[in-house]
Amino acid sequence: MNLIDFFLEPLSYDFMVRALATTLIASIVCAVLSCWLVLIGWSLMGDAVSHAVLPGVVLAYIVGAPFALGAVIFGFLAVALIGAVRDTSRVKEDAAIGIVFSTLFALGLVLISVTPSQTDLNHIIFGNLLGVSWADLTQVIILGAITFTILVTKRRDFTLYAFDPTHAHAIGLNPKILGAALLGLLALTAVVALQAVGVILVVAMLIIPGATAYLLTDRFGRMLVIAPAISAACAVIGLYLSYYLDTASGGMVVLAQGAVFAFVYLFSPRHGLIGTRVMSTRRRRALASAQ
Amino acid sequence: MTTAISVHDVTVHYGEVLALDHATLDIQAGRVCGLVGMNGSGKSTLFKTIMGLLRPDSGTVRVNGQNPAKARKSGIVGYVPQSEDVDWAFPVTVRDVVMTGRYGHMGFTRHAKRSDHDAVDHALERVELTEYANRQIGQLSGGQKKRAFVARGIAQGATILLLDEPFAGVDKRSEATITRLLRELADDGATILVSTHDLHALPGLADEAVLLMRRVLMHGDPNEVLQPDNLALAFGLDVLNRGDN
Repeated sequence: MNLIDFFLEPLSYDFMVRALATTLIASIVCAVLSCWLVLIGWSLMGDAVSHAVLPGVVLAYIVGAPFALGAVIFGFLAVALIGAVRDTSRVKEDAAIGIVFSTLFALGLVLISVTPSQTDLNHIIFGNLLGVSWADLTQVIILGAITFTILVTKRRDFTLYAFDPTHAHAIGLNPKILGAALLGLLALTAVVALQAVGVILVVAMLIIPGATAYLLTDRFGRMLVIAPAISAACAVIGLYLSYYLDTASGGMVVLAQGAVFAFVYLFSPRHGLIGTRVMSTRRRRALASAQ
Repeated sequence: MTTAISVHDVTVHYGEVLALDHATLDIQAGRVCGLVGMNGSGKSTLFKTIMGLLRPDSGTVRVNGQNPAKARKSGIVGYVPQSEDVDWAFPVTVRDVVMTGRYGHMGFTRHAKRSDHDAVDHALERVELTEYANRQIGQLSGGQKKRAFVARGIAQGATILLLDEPFAGVDKRSEATITRLLRELADDGATILVSTHDLHALPGLADEAVLLMRRVLMHGDPNEVLQPDNLALAFGLDVLNRGDN
């Protein structure tokens, strides 16, 4: 089989085309958002919100409302509850996050177990790329486009919020609104991504690409290009591997991202464990030979 | 002379803790004022109140005669954060940071125009960081980092600069550079409020000093405020004893 057939054969199936489109959109939107999440220190928050949207999605399914609406409501509910537990008890933030998101996630599981047509909803937990319908894909495209557009047009404000919210306040911007906007977009992104990899693995797509790009560059603008590029490549590689190896597609996409992160962690010339040593040895040699 | 910062009878609580107790303070335009007090004396709270980050329980704050919210909208308040409040590994360059001073002047997407680039160039030149413009912010020395944030205030066009511990972790030479820069800005009409633990350098920097211990204990000439028995009021007896030795 030549390389062209290798890439084209899976695409002769409609379900694979939809799967590829869904993963690509989800991985790009998640990767863009992840750049801010890893810099603000909101990785755990991303984990929490992406799990906590589950009951919202299930309830939306039950009453026939858009998934996004249920997700955003429960996303904000989770953030509010975490803040309340942290601020009004002696429990620290990480514990508050763990308590709130796992409880909401459990509520989602229970709701699924009492809702008829369980198969559909179980896909939300583990993802079911190969079963994405045209309606699902349409929703992913619309939500993805909204999230992506807002993130990119307001990227400078979000970056300022991440770097120095006090200065944002001092020049008359509203850091609270910027933070809330990011959390709302996080909930929307979770809905986009759970189609692809499921609720449990969404957090990987929300952290790994940004963290990988952060090890590769000292410019935020470049992070915003590197993260989605890596993420999209991993989506394609993961999906094709899952097709040919007959393994779980969502899992393969995240494994690909994890593998790229491990490689960059070791060999990034700027911030990699081994890469920085290689670079400094090279510099020393160059210096020595110049003398 | 006009009053640039006016804090009148301001009280602030954090929950049960009293942070500012009927503090009253007027600073005239074009003056450099040093803010002295021990940790927990309310220095940071005073800054936050002037910036409108905290709403006082009672009392009023006026910045150039306006309420803090309005003053912020007009972009006249610049802020130089404490070193420990900044993520120095953040992937931004010195130029990026200074450019954020222009955001209040820009449109919805904060797209920089020619005038914004010019303002940033000028501000970098003013603080002598032009050649470091493309460095990642954490790759500067302690003093250069502070100057980068002062440049942000200059690019912003701030006429009131608030500096929280700008001399912490800064060597003597950089301290002299920053002091000279702040004096020049004040001569151009800017009002500068500096919190500092560096009492020796204060007379060379500030036109006036404020001794804070939740209340304003004293406000006047730096040399007078820094008399050992006055400092003892704000810092407890340690300083007095050391003064005797």
